[in-house]
Amino acid sequence: MHTLELTVNGQGHKVEVGLKTTLLEVLRDKLHITSPKVGCNTGDCGTCSVLLDGVLVRSCITNALSVQGKSVTTLEGIIEPGDIHPLQKAFHENYGSQCGFCTPGMILASKALLDANPSPTRDEVKEALSGNLCRCTGYVKIIDSVLAAADEMKS
Amino acid sequence: MYPSGMSGGGDSSQAMVKVQPDGSAVVTVGSCDIGQGCKTIMAQITAEVLGIDYEAVKVVNDDTDNCPLSFGTFASRVTYVDGLATKLAAEDARRILFEVAAVMLECSEDELEAIDNQIRVKGNPDKALPIGEVAGAGTFGMRKLILGLGHYMRDPAAMDPETGECDPFCTLAWAASYAEVEVDTETGEVEILRLVNSYDVGKAMNPTHLEGQIDGGATMGVGAAMSENLHPFYPSLDFQPDNLGDYAIPTTMDVPDMESVIYECPSTNGPYGAKGIGEMTANTPGPAIVNAIHDAVGIWITNLPATPEKVLRALDAKGA
Ligand code: FES
Ligand code: FES
Repeated sequence: MHTLELTVNGQGHKVEVGLKTTLLEVLRDKLHITSPKVGCNTGDCGTCSVLLDGVLVRSCITNALSVQGKSVTTLEGIIEPGDIHPLQKAFHENYGSQCGFCTPGMILASKALLDANPSPTRDEVKEALSGNLCRCTGYVKIIDSVLAAADEMKS
Repeated sequence: MYPSGMSGGGDSSQAMVKVQPDGSAVVTVGSCDIGQGCKTIMAQITAEVLGIDYEAVKVVNDDTDNCPLSFGTFASRVTYVDGLATKLAAEDARRILFEVAAVMLECSEDELEAIDNQIRVKGNPDKALPIGEVAGAGTFGMRKLILGLGHYMRDPAAMDPETGECDPFCTLAWAASYAEVEVDTETGEVEILRLVNSYDVGKAMNPTHLEGQIDGGATMGVGAAMSENLHPFYPSLDFQPDNLGDYAIPTTMDVPDMESVIYECPSTNGPYGAKGIGEMTANTPGPAIVNAIHDAVGIWITNLPATPEKVLRALDAKGA
């Protein structure tokens, strides 16, 4: 066992992990932060996405010890508790979520996009979300939601 | 053309609608919701029947041990079968509210209507009581349990032994898909440029949900037509895909420009004329895409998905 120190959503944690433990296992099983979902566990679906020092990564294929001393943001951490992020509001209002299983990853991927590019085109949104699978929505209203959030955040 | 629920009759759902002492309502149904919109539609129907706000309705449908019977969330049946059961249950609960209100307003039950969060005498808005007051008086004053029950099941369809004729379907919905494709005759790759999907939903209870359902189904149809293959080299299962990398469901980059068109031709027996379209939304895009490929390069793909390999082989066979 090895000691991993990391910051999650602004809070410091110290956990014991094995050499093969993934970041997703640390978040869900040790810290009980459940917005990152276990979709495929093979890096193919994107629903376990988190921001690692602001960069979008798949936590199911991120070795836990590789994030030593780093800062992780999950969906829970993108806004103060009790508040709602413009992306969450836009997904809600534009019906960007059906079963919701892809939604945490979709919102984090969208946040990573909007942080880098506050006024994306429809094609740029498509490209930014191309690594996140959704089986329910056909993506149309997810893309609508991201564009609506971008508008809202600019004004 | 597609039916709702299991054809042949006997497809059952039950519902309970309990009006709380404050006039809000709790609906219990057995069909679960994993994003199809069961909770939303049952709340809408209950709110409509009881004349209360949508926000005042809570739907409980997460535990089949404790919920009324339902055959489940499949076969485009929830809006139709559970919807009818919920409507019956809400009407039953409303009947109890009318019994209470008739005493309070000194009128007969059939003079009453439930509207704008009130129980009132039809055509006489001055003779009205807030629904919470009626429910409170009924619960505590008259010791009533304001609980409505509903069970919808279409009778099993009898068949004429001579002709085989029968009437097995609850509703029939119509649909059409239109696809524009571009085929690369050198690589065999097919790009879908545009997809329009139009569905007869009977009554659009929630147009936004329906669009979402049509978009989502169409995308499953695109996957089935273009990339999803459980048995690529059947009968050998050695190369069967076992993860989401190999079993390629469409991503944002594979979905064409899509348009969802909702058409309303009411059913005679669905709740408010609604029909179920959940399942068929995945079925119509495939044939439209295959027809578009034929229109573009004159080949018929008879075995989906239309992979570049199959397209090239068909082009070869045609002698192009
Ligand atoms: S669970 Fe990590 S990519 Fe699917
Ligand atoms: S909303 Fe169900 S997977 Fe995206």
